[in-house]
Amino acid sequence: MIWLEKRPQPSRFFAYITPLLAVLATFLFGGLLFAALGKDPVQSIITIFWEPLFGEFAFYYRPQLLIKGAPLVLIAIGLSLGFKAGIWNIGAEGQYIMGALFGAGVGLAFYPAESVLIFPAMVMAGALGGWLWAMIPAFLKVRFGTNEILVSLMLVYVAEQFLASMSLGLLKNPEGFGFPGSRNLQQYDSAHNAEIIAGTGMHWGVVAALIAVIFAYVLLARHRLGFAVRVTGEAPRAARFAGVNPGRLVLFCLGTSGMLAGLAGLFEVAGPAGQVSIDFNVGYGFTAIIVAFLGRLHPIGIVLAGLLMALTYIGGDIAQSQLGLPAAAIQVFQGMLLFFLLALDLFTNYRLRLGRAETA
Amino acid sequence: MDLSVINPILLIAALMSAATPILLAATGELVVERAGVLNLGVEGMMILGAICGFAIAVETGSPLTGFVAAAIGGAMLSLLFALLTQVALANQVASGLALTLFGLGLSALLGQRYVGVKPPRMGDMNFGPLADIPVLGPILFSHDPILYLGIALVAAVWATLKYTRVGLILRAVGENHDAAHALGYKVVRIRTLAIMFGGACAGMGGAYISLIRVPQWTEGMTAGVGWIALALVVFASWKPWRVLLGAYLFGGITQLQLNLQGAGVAIPVEYLAMSPYIITIVVLVILSADKSAAPGSLGRTFHASH
Repeated sequence: MIWLEKRPQPSRFFAYITPLLAVLATFLFGGLLFAALGKDPVQSIITIFWEPLFGEFAFYYRPQLLIKGAPLVLIAIGLSLGFKAGIWNIGAEGQYIMGALFGAGVGLAFYPAESVLIFPAMVMAGALGGWLWAMIPAFLKVRFGTNEILVSLMLVYVAEQFLASMSLGLLKNPEGFGFPGSRNLQQYDSAHNAEIIAGTGMHWGVVAALIAVIFAYVLLARHRLGFAVRVTGEAPRAARFAGVNPGRLVLFCLGTSGMLAGLAGLFEVAGPAGQVSIDFNVGYGFTAIIVAFLGRLHPIGIVLAGLLMALTYIGGDIAQSQLGLPAAAIQVFQGMLLFFLLALDLFTNYRLRLGRAETA
Repeated sequence: MDLSVINPILLIAALMSAATPILLAATGELVVERAGVLNLGVEGMMILGAICGFAIAVETGSPLTGFVAAAIGGAMLSLLFALLTQVALANQVASGLALTLFGLGLSALLGQRYVGVKPPRMGDMNFGPLADIPVLGPILFSHDPILYLGIALVAAVWATLKYTRVGLILRAVGENHDAAHALGYKVVRIRTLAIMFGGACAGMGGAYISLIRVPQWTEGMTAGVGWIALALVVFASWKPWRVLLGAYLFGGITQLQLNLQGAGVAIPVEYLAMSPYIITIVVLVILSADKSAAPGSLGRTFHASH
């Protein structure tokens, strides 16, 4: 009989190897899925994971890796802090939208003035918007003990409606011939989050993501607050004895993740997306949850996971146009990855044993 | 603006219909949580049920077969959650989120061919002369069978939990899984069955949206109803009849804001559409002070190792 024995210490080997195993398992089952859809599985996998990096048009797709990876990494870094401490912010999508609205709102308010100060002001406003939106669940949790999972998620739907109202109302382009959506920020130099080096995909969001990664790494490895985050997640009782203030930690974790999600939204709306429109958000806030877990809640891991997820988005687009693979197939593929990761994580904490179990 | 176009009798009749998806999903989740498992994948199971039910109803021409398929679809997806949390001992919060993300993707994939298709209508129950009673007739006796099934389900869950041995065992597993295990109950097996029951209910709730409420298929059409159902279980302090009350409350708000949109109230449509979510938050805040009713082992992983 096979049974499980709890490891005295989580296995470091398996902690590192499970993401890779999960990716391999997803290739296998994703391939089966593609085959079931009537596509050549090997061809599909190559199209998704090889074409964007080394294919004929790689020069076009490689910059996309940074453009799509940056918001994912930025959001996931923030989420990982909370997830480590058992504080579940799953409303990053809403904070992303609010950040974009606040930031774009500030930019559009100054239109058509030109000043180097406008973009920094937008960045601040974006961070503030995301932070404020995350402070709602944080405050309610600290003050009333309300479940932050449900509140943060409900606020995503509220933010989506707010976005619709803004792009049809206050922020609508007055010269847009009645079409919904704001002015295009790409055509407004002071507000445009342009590429820092043309043709590389490197915009300010990528810089912010890198800073966030370094900041999170130092925080978790060296700072007292990082210690508080880790110890709260692993042993909440011990954390209380160590003098960690749980309320303050909730405010910090939710606030930081909201701020980073807001920044991601601002950089997206002022750069690649260009304008506030009803559906400019494409679900980065939810995909970032997968990124955070796939990256083992570790800053470096998150960078790798973010790039991998960005690759599935880009490769998915190519597969959609070349092979007719439905966009939803990529979503299933991403969900599968999280499933396998969670399932295989078993081996990090438990050991398979053959023979008779003495308990049970 | 003309509020007189809102007919209170039709409003009440419609709110019962609006409440049914939430009611079905929340009743299922209540059983799951009473068994000590927190399944955050309700939204994913609902949307999968919505497309399974829709597709099968269209293919077979029978809405009832559709509902059966929806229950099976929801239960199959929940079995994945059971595998993750009960066998692979994964974190329940993360697994539930994974279930929702996966369910949203899978339903979009399955539903591609069904966008814009009209499903077969499910007829209303025939109560004969009862339906002709003024006021009470349209409110109580003019609905589809699934709506009555939802109410019957609440009663059945209440009676089972309160009066039967099965209910007692289920509650024991939820309150203290170690003690239940020591008494010789199969914790993992009982929880797996509870999770599948929850999945089947959520699936039917989803199918109610795609087959009766809307009725058509669009991607992501459950739009957070699964999450409201989760909130409702907390709101109801894990008690079946309060789930019914809560579901009608939310159904009422949803229906009222739709009617207000129709009546052309001066409040913009988007702000009216926000209201069910905001009210959910407000209710959660008011009720979150009392957590004493929560099952003791809720959300904790069980492993018979110590």
